[in-house]
Amino acid sequence: MGIRKTKKIFINYLFVLPAILLFCTFHLYPFLNVFRYSLFQWDGIVEFSSAKFVGLAHFKDIFTANPQWWYSMWHAFYVTLLTLIFQNGLALLLALACDRAIKGARAYRMIFFLPPVLSGIVVGLIWQWIYDGNYGLLNHWLTNIGFGHLARAWLADPRTALTCVGIVHMWKGFGWGFIILLAGLQSIPRELYEAAKVDGAGAWDTFRRVTVPLMVPVFVLVTILTILNTMQIYDLIVSLTGGGPGYHTEVPITRILAAMRGGSQLGYACALGIVFGLILLVVSFVQIQASKLAKQE
Amino acid sequence: MQKPIYYKIKKFMLMYSTHILLIIISLSCILPLLWMFSSSLKTQATVFSDMSLFPQNPHWENFYIAWTKGGFGRYFFNSLLYTIVVVSGIVFITSLAAYGISRLKIPGKNVIFYVFLAAMMIPIPGAFVALYVLLNKLGFLNPNTGFPLLDNVIMRLGYILPLINSGLSLGIYMLKTFFDKMPGDLEDSARIDGCSVFGIYWHIALPMAKPAIAVIIIFNTLNVWNEYLLAMLVLTGKSLMPLTRALMVFRGTHITEYPLLMSGMTITVIPIIIIYLMLQKHIIAGITAGAVKG
Repeated sequence: MGIRKTKKIFINYLFVLPAILLFCTFHLYPFLNVFRYSLFQWDGIVEFSSAKFVGLAHFKDIFTANPQWWYSMWHAFYVTLLTLIFQNGLALLLALACDRAIKGARAYRMIFFLPPVLSGIVVGLIWQWIYDGNYGLLNHWLTNIGFGHLARAWLADPRTALTCVGIVHMWKGFGWGFIILLAGLQSIPRELYEAAKVDGAGAWDTFRRVTVPLMVPVFVLVTILTILNTMQIYDLIVSLTGGGPGYHTEVPITRILAAMRGGSQLGYACALGIVFGLILLVVSFVQIQASKLAKQE
Repeated sequence: MQKPIYYKIKKFMLMYSTHILLIIISLSCILPLLWMFSSSLKTQATVFSDMSLFPQNPHWENFYIAWTKGGFGRYFFNSLLYTIVVVSGIVFITSLAAYGISRLKIPGKNVIFYVFLAAMMIPIPGAFVALYVLLNKLGFLNPNTGFPLLDNVIMRLGYILPLINSGLSLGIYMLKTFFDKMPGDLEDSARIDGCSVFGIYWHIALPMAKPAIAVIIIFNTLNVWNEYLLAMLVLTGKSLMPLTRALMVFRGTHITEYPLLMSGMTITVIPIIIIYLMLQKHIIAGITAGAVKG
């Protein structure tokens, strides 16, 4: 009886075994190693056993002597800020428009969600050409409508490059925000709106006192995901600017890659990854706590 | 009588301005794609001067040239292979694990489940550094078995296995919640009929989980088809590259062949657009569900 039972449990374990094996090998083991490597000076070429232990020196360097890194962080933060305000603002506006009985809402929904399913590389390559200084569509149109003096090499100009990247990011992402916000809006019971109408509430009052409070969890979700996705922006950067001009569109992921590949400093790259990961974790944690506080009130 | 007319006009204006906004935004979504497509039909000589969206003499042969001489046929095959293998791997492995965690007696299964959940929540932007080191140490990056075909398979696995891993958490989470809600009557009667545990999973649980599996398939298909970073790190050989990686390499080496680059980009997005138009509803459901992946 004991043996049969053991055998049965053993067979049951076979169900989770492939997942656990893959997970431990390709997730858990590298995850733990990131912390280990971050304490060593290691070029990744020699055996790790001969790497030099440096303790927290990499972290000290990041916080005291690496302005390059914090600039890249600022760039990603700037794009995130643009995205939070304009992308999600537009997404909410469009979601509100499509939530009401409007003709063609399904067609609009279908079109808005097209950019989010496309590859970031392809999107970046298309827009790189649209922004091109010599042959770009944008300059061509600007000249045609009489704003030729504004024409420039949009992605090569340090003053416009980052914002232009942000615009493409928002172009690719607003449909995603729209879909999630619309799903949230549609889950609000219609009776609440009717009740508000009976009570004589105007459109603005209804929005402020019915829609917004019920949408808080969705807003939090969209905000957290926007921050996580945008801070880790990478595909659009490589395909649009490659981090240039100069270092004006460098973002954290490109810096980690640069430390890893260009600088052959794998330990340092891991330390950067940890700092970045912790910041992201803190941001989402603060968001969740803030929403809980808001709910209690 | 003033009021109703005023309201009617206001409503009418609001309706119209809403539609105008929606149409402008829609156009801005489509125009860049149209521009890519029309540029792929021009020649190197006309592509910078002819700004029309519908070129007079479309050069359809560009697609043939990109597919054969440009190598995009091969890259397309690679993308297709990676997507099919990775997505089937994810579906098979996550459904097994989720079924086990939801239904079978496995000591410690809750711990397993929460570890997978935690992995989904904790962002580790530096993990690809350690993953790269691991793949190198395991011999996935430069295999040397003496059999070129085997080397080829090993290098591809070095890309496929980490991608399967990255789809595990969300898949297990979604399928476990699905299996938890699934009524157990059919399984019970199958057990009485002498069906094995695996048989019950395969013949009963898996077919019933189709809606959840569809979402997992779609979500991961998009992820794998569009993946770039890992391909850039892991796949150095041109013959192994998926489309996204190949496009960046092509741009780097054939900077002057814009129409071919645009053809390659069109080849890259067309399968996704077709799938999207066919399965729109499921895709939107998939992304909304994928949004839970925090």
